[in-house]
Parts: sequence; structure tokens; C-alpha cells
Amino acid sequence: MVDRRKLLIFIGIFAAIYFIPFDAPRVEQSLLEAFHLLQYYAREHVLFCLIPAFFIAGAIANFISQGAVLRYFGAGAKKWVSYSIASVSGAILAVCSCTILPLFAGIYNRGAGIGPATAFLYSGPAINVLAIILTAQVLGWQLGLARIVFAVIFAIIIGLLMNWFFREEDKERTDAIDTSVASEEESRNPLQNLAYFLVMILILIFATWTEPDMASGFWHAVYEIKWFLVVGLLIILGIMLKSWFDKDELVSWMGSTWEFAELILPLLVAGVLIAGFLMGRPEAEAGLIPSEWVAALVGGNSLVANLTASVIGAFMYFATLTEIPIMQGLLGLGMGNGPALALLLAGPALSLPNMLVIRGVLGTKKTLVFIGLVIVMATVAGMIYGNLVV
Amino acid sequence: MKIEILGPGCPKCAKTTDLIEETIKSEGVDAEIDHITDINEIVDRGVMMTPAVIVDDEVKVEGKVPTPADIKKWID
Repeated sequence: MVDRRKLLIFIGIFAAIYFIPFDAPRVEQSLLEAFHLLQYYAREHVLFCLIPAFFIAGAIANFISQGAVLRYFGAGAKKWVSYSIASVSGAILAVCSCTILPLFAGIYNRGAGIGPATAFLYSGPAINVLAIILTAQVLGWQLGLARIVFAVIFAIIIGLLMNWFFREEDKERTDAIDTSVASEEESRNPLQNLAYFLVMILILIFATWTEPDMASGFWHAVYEIKWFLVVGLLIILGIMLKSWFDKDELVSWMGSTWEFAELILPLLVAGVLIAGFLMGRPEAEAGLIPSEWVAALVGGNSLVANLTASVIGAFMYFATLTEIPIMQGLLGLGMGNGPALALLLAGPALSLPNMLVIRGVLGTKKTLVFIGLVIVMATVAGMIYGNLVV
Repeated sequence: MKIEILGPGCPKCAKTTDLIEETIKSEGVDAEIDHITDINEIVDRGVMMTPAVIVDDEVKVEGKVPTPADIKKWID
């Protein structure tokens, strides 16, 4: 049988190659710009940021008992516990929609109900560990931090509002959930796990330590000795791995690290190339899209700019992490900080394809209310952030 | 033997399917493979993390791709 999706992709690529006017200087320049941006990522972000982040994500997927988290989403769990866990658990649970959507449906249908389910659905994609690390690294720590803080706060607010809007209907439907995931025995105590994750995160932090503007003080001192710190921490990590982990665990850790890399790297390369082609590097202004367009649409920090960014973010589909090069391009072309945050908050949580899945679970009315809330909240967050950071 | 693979159609689910089909072939086991892609049905089975594999109504793995060694153990 002909694989229709692949056929359509082939036809699309063929048509693009057939019709793109490669002679036009603007196109030529944009193509070159795409590869410049890709090289910038390869040089600045892959070795010391993305690769350690993959190892951390792999370790989370492997060594943190996800079953333990599910207990807090049961119908019997205390409400405030469900909301708090739902709003932060994305950090350890989610990297792809494989995890988010079934969990969301499960929490909604058989567990804690619509409030915690929508809280999870909203915050999960925005605060996964890879997204946080790369946002902070590429777009700056302010935006990275704002992304986490707003995602968590708004997840709770959206969850509570959804719960309140639909309080009557929700009562009938929450029967007890069986959240016993086949759990595996732990070979380390929590303290050892904590130390192990701490060492890996410190390696990531020091390896990506950038040179500060001032040539003295604490930040500079750390910068001077950062490689000694990294090597020292690597040795500690090696000792931990040797004494606390058995061979099977290490093999499966490598396995899931590879899975993340295999899944995400091709998407990210494509995303960076497309972002580079359309928008160019931040300082070069050589992409296909003129900066006046971007500035007119989402420049500054007006209500319209924030709302536009939220709506675009809500409908557009971003593959895992590709929102980051796209944001980088848009910011370079004059997008305001507020609209940038609005897009980051509305973007990964929603897209046209996953709206359809959500509708299958929640029904049309609740889905529309959820989408509306996300757009309004993202707009408000953008307004607040844009006025704080100038 | 009935093997059900649960997942909304993400890359990890496809990988799980491939692994199971390979293992069944190489082991020469007679098994019926079923795909469950509908989110609501997945949840009705009590599964919250995908990919998941159910062998003869027993959930064997949730939330990750099983290893070939795991699969062999289930079908023997």
C-alpha cells in the first residue's frame, strides 16, 4: 500500500524544490542564513547544553518512579495536592505527546477530574526539563524563568477555573481510579538519587557558564575555573555510577538517552533550518521575512501584539523544542518580550492537532473554554512580563 | 495469545510495535496483535502512560519501550 503521508511529503518537497527561485538574492541569502544558524546551534548549544540535557532527561525517564507521581492524581487524593503536583509534574513526566495526552485523559476520566487534568495539560509541555534548559540557554534565563513560573501559576488558575465552570457536570463522573502502575523496586535511596541528579545538573550549569561582562567578582571566578569544576564533577559522577548502579541500569539509561536524542535532534535540525531560512540569525536580519512585518504584528508590548502571539501560538504546531529557534528568530526581528512569552506559554500546550484529541476527551464545549482560557492567560502573562522587563 | 499495543501513534509506540513483531517472528510464536490508538479506550484499560503493552489482559509495561528480552519473557 502507498503510504499517503509520505507521498504527500514527497510531493510537497518536490514542489518546493521545483518552484523556489534560488537565483533571487534574498532567497540565496536566506538559505545561507539557515546554515549559519544551524552552525551556531552546533557550536554553541549542542555539546555542552543539549547533550548533557539528553542524559538528564534519560535519567529522569529511567530512574524516577513515574508511578509514584500518578498516585496524587487519584480521585481520593486531596485537591490541593492534585493541583500542585499536576502543575509541576510535567518537569519529570513529559517530553512528547505520547505521555501528555493519555495521562491527561486518565486524570480527567478516572481520577482527580477536570481541574487537575487541565492544569497538567497546560503546564506539562511547557516545563519539561529539555524545554526549560534550552529556553534559558538560547533565549536568556529571564525568559526561561518566566516561562516556568507563569506556566505553573497559570496551570493552577486554569485548572481551578475549569473546575469551577463545570463543577456540576464533573460530580457525576469521577469514579475511583486504579493508579497502580507496575512499580519497580528501587536500588538506591532517595538521597542517592537526589545527589546523582544534582551532580548532573551542576555539570550542565558549569559547562554552559558564559563569560560575564566584568572581569572580576564571583561570576568571573567561576568562569575561570569552570572546566576544573566540570572535570571534578564528572569524576564524582563516575564514582557514583560505579558504586550505585548496576550494568543493566546503565544500559537502559543510555537507551533512553539515545531515544530522546533520536526523537528530538532531527526535529530540532529541521526547526533550526526553517527558522534560519525564514528569519535569519538574530543580529543578521537576512531571513526571508522582513523585520517590519514581525514588528508590525507582534512588536512592542501592546494588547494586540500579545493577543496575536497567543492566538498564533495556540493554533500552530511546534514539534518538541522547535519553538525555541523560532522564538529566537522572531525576537531577533523585533518581537517584544511580552509577546514572546505569550507565544511560549500558548504554543506547546496547544496546537490544532492536539485540540482535536482534547475535544475527543473533553467534548466541544469544555475544549473551547480551555482554549479560550489559555489564550487569555497567555496574553495576560505577556502583558505583565513585557511591562516588567524592558 | 493476544497482544495489545496501546498508544496514540507516537514514534515510541511505532518502535514498540516493530520490536514485538520482530520478536514474535523470530520466536515463532502464534500471537494476535491488536493496536489501540483511541485515547479514551486506552484510558478505559487503566493505562495512563504510553506506549503500553497488554498480553492476555495483563498490563506488562507502561510508559516506555520494552526491551527485546522483556518481550521474550512475556511470550514464552
